[in-house]
Amino acid sequence: MKTKVKKRRKFGLGEVVWLIILLILAALILYPLFWIIMSSFKDYKGIYGDVWGLPEIWHPENYLTAWNKGISQYFLNSTIVTLATIVGVSLVSTFAAFGVCQMSGRLGNIIFLLCMCGLLLAPQVCVLPLFMLLTKIKIRNTLWAMILPYIAFRLPVSIMMVRAFFVGISKELEEAAIIDGATLLQIYRHIYLPLSKPILATVVVMTAYYGWNEFMFATIFVDSSAIRTIPVGLMVFRDGLMTEWGVVMAGMVIACLPITVLFLFMQKSFVRGMAAGSVKG
Amino acid sequence: MFTIPALLFLGVFVFYPLINNIVYSFQSFTLSSATKEWVGLKNYQTLLSDGVIFTSIMNNIRYAIVSIIIQVGFGLVLAAVLEDVAFRRIAPALRSIYFIPTILSMTVVCLLFEFVYNPQMGLLNSFLEAVGLDGLTKVWLGSKKTAMYSVIAVSQWQSTGYIAMLFIVAIQKIPRDLYEAAEVDGASKITRFFYITVPQVRQMFFVTMILTVSGAFTVFNEPYILTGGGPGTATMVLSLHMYQTGFIKNNMGYASTIAILIFVITAVLSSVQFFSFGKKEEDA
Repeated sequence: MKTKVKKRRKFGLGEVVWLIILLILAALILYPLFWIIMSSFKDYKGIYGDVWGLPEIWHPENYLTAWNKGISQYFLNSTIVTLATIVGVSLVSTFAAFGVCQMSGRLGNIIFLLCMCGLLLAPQVCVLPLFMLLTKIKIRNTLWAMILPYIAFRLPVSIMMVRAFFVGISKELEEAAIIDGATLLQIYRHIYLPLSKPILATVVVMTAYYGWNEFMFATIFVDSSAIRTIPVGLMVFRDGLMTEWGVVMAGMVIACLPITVLFLFMQKSFVRGMAAGSVKG
Repeated sequence: MFTIPALLFLGVFVFYPLINNIVYSFQSFTLSSATKEWVGLKNYQTLLSDGVIFTSIMNNIRYAIVSIIIQVGFGLVLAAVLEDVAFRRIAPALRSIYFIPTILSMTVVCLLFEFVYNPQMGLLNSFLEAVGLDGLTKVWLGSKKTAMYSVIAVSQWQSTGYIAMLFIVAIQKIPRDLYEAAEVDGASKITRFFYITVPQVRQMFFVTMILTVSGAFTVFNEPYILTGGGPGTATMVLSLHMYQTGFIKNNMGYASTIAILIFVITAVLSSVQFFSFGKKEEDA
């Protein structure tokens, strides 16, 4: 009897109203996504004739068409850019965080603060001069024009996360290693790196998310179709295939797959990274 | 020694461009011009008399206000509701669902909303017709009245779940006994929300405010993809105006001046965030 009363108190009118609101919100998010997937199997007539219905004739070949009409190239470019950015950010940020932790006194703090200043800067502010710079050093319109700025703009937040983790590593192992005559590089490689797997996972996931989805730099610094990444490629794709909506949507699904899979497997790292950084793309 | 690569990267690709940008803002040049001409404060004078700047700032402010109300305000309420014991069973699933839009790329989200807003066969208009509200159907992105808010709505759809997630993390850190004590005292859920949850998450409240406001003042992708600033200049925002001035009207000097304006606005906002964050770390 007592539990029943308690239950009723937990679930009053207010809760029912909220439950309905929550479910409507979930539908507002899920339905459009479901709709993309569904429409990606339709041809133009299928979408135009019946926007809401399930496909009458399924067109899985939309995916093949999308892939062959350019998405494959964009996918490859995005993969290269994202992987290169991940490697760069992981190496440089752990190096810098290690260096900052090793430096005694003021200098380390000053360098760390200098890195953090990068956080204050919106990429929008640097777009024009970066464009001029990349043109000058003749890497504009190459994959490097994305990779190098991406690394630079991901560094501050990554260094911040890695440093916070490094500070927590006990000094005993390190002192023992120094007595054994280990060099700093060996300490970095054999003590700090192996211990920092969880934070590295977060850095990798957040960098992948950024690199795969970044749009502004990618659209401004690159104009030849052969080296476009997926977010920019999709736009071109849409302009080129005005009426073949099904194919465009198949392309959109393909574009979302890698990060969605990454999210499913590494939800913890994702949430931790987003909360720690509180800085999104 | 270990910090040299990072400093090189930041120096070359972040700080050097920033300094260059300041220099550019006093010059006049095009993308192809070999020399840059010094024009002193002329670009800044143009800035003050440029009507599009005013439109842009107003749109950025609209973006910020709606984002504060929906992402921060409603996001906080949403987080509190999701953390309520009544929804303990379904909260994890809902949390993941609300977070999905955050992980999608901006391009995909914008293309999706092009289909949603499409006047002939878009989801929004056909939904309105289906429920008998034909009178409300609109050319969402094509009319001056609705275009800006339609663009703003896309960001709310994408980011509210993210902000709510930040609040959930903050709410989970609140000691449970505060709530239990209040419940014993007979405080209603609404009272508990205003007297316990809100004051306890005020740090995060502050962080998300800065986050959404600086996001609103740097927004570029959504209007660039969805409307290109149009119809007319109805959806023009600062960074899009900067982009068009620089790369389309080929007036790089003045575009740099607009960039300086964005820089000043966002630098002020993020230094406030930065120092409050630093303070929070010291407290903890």
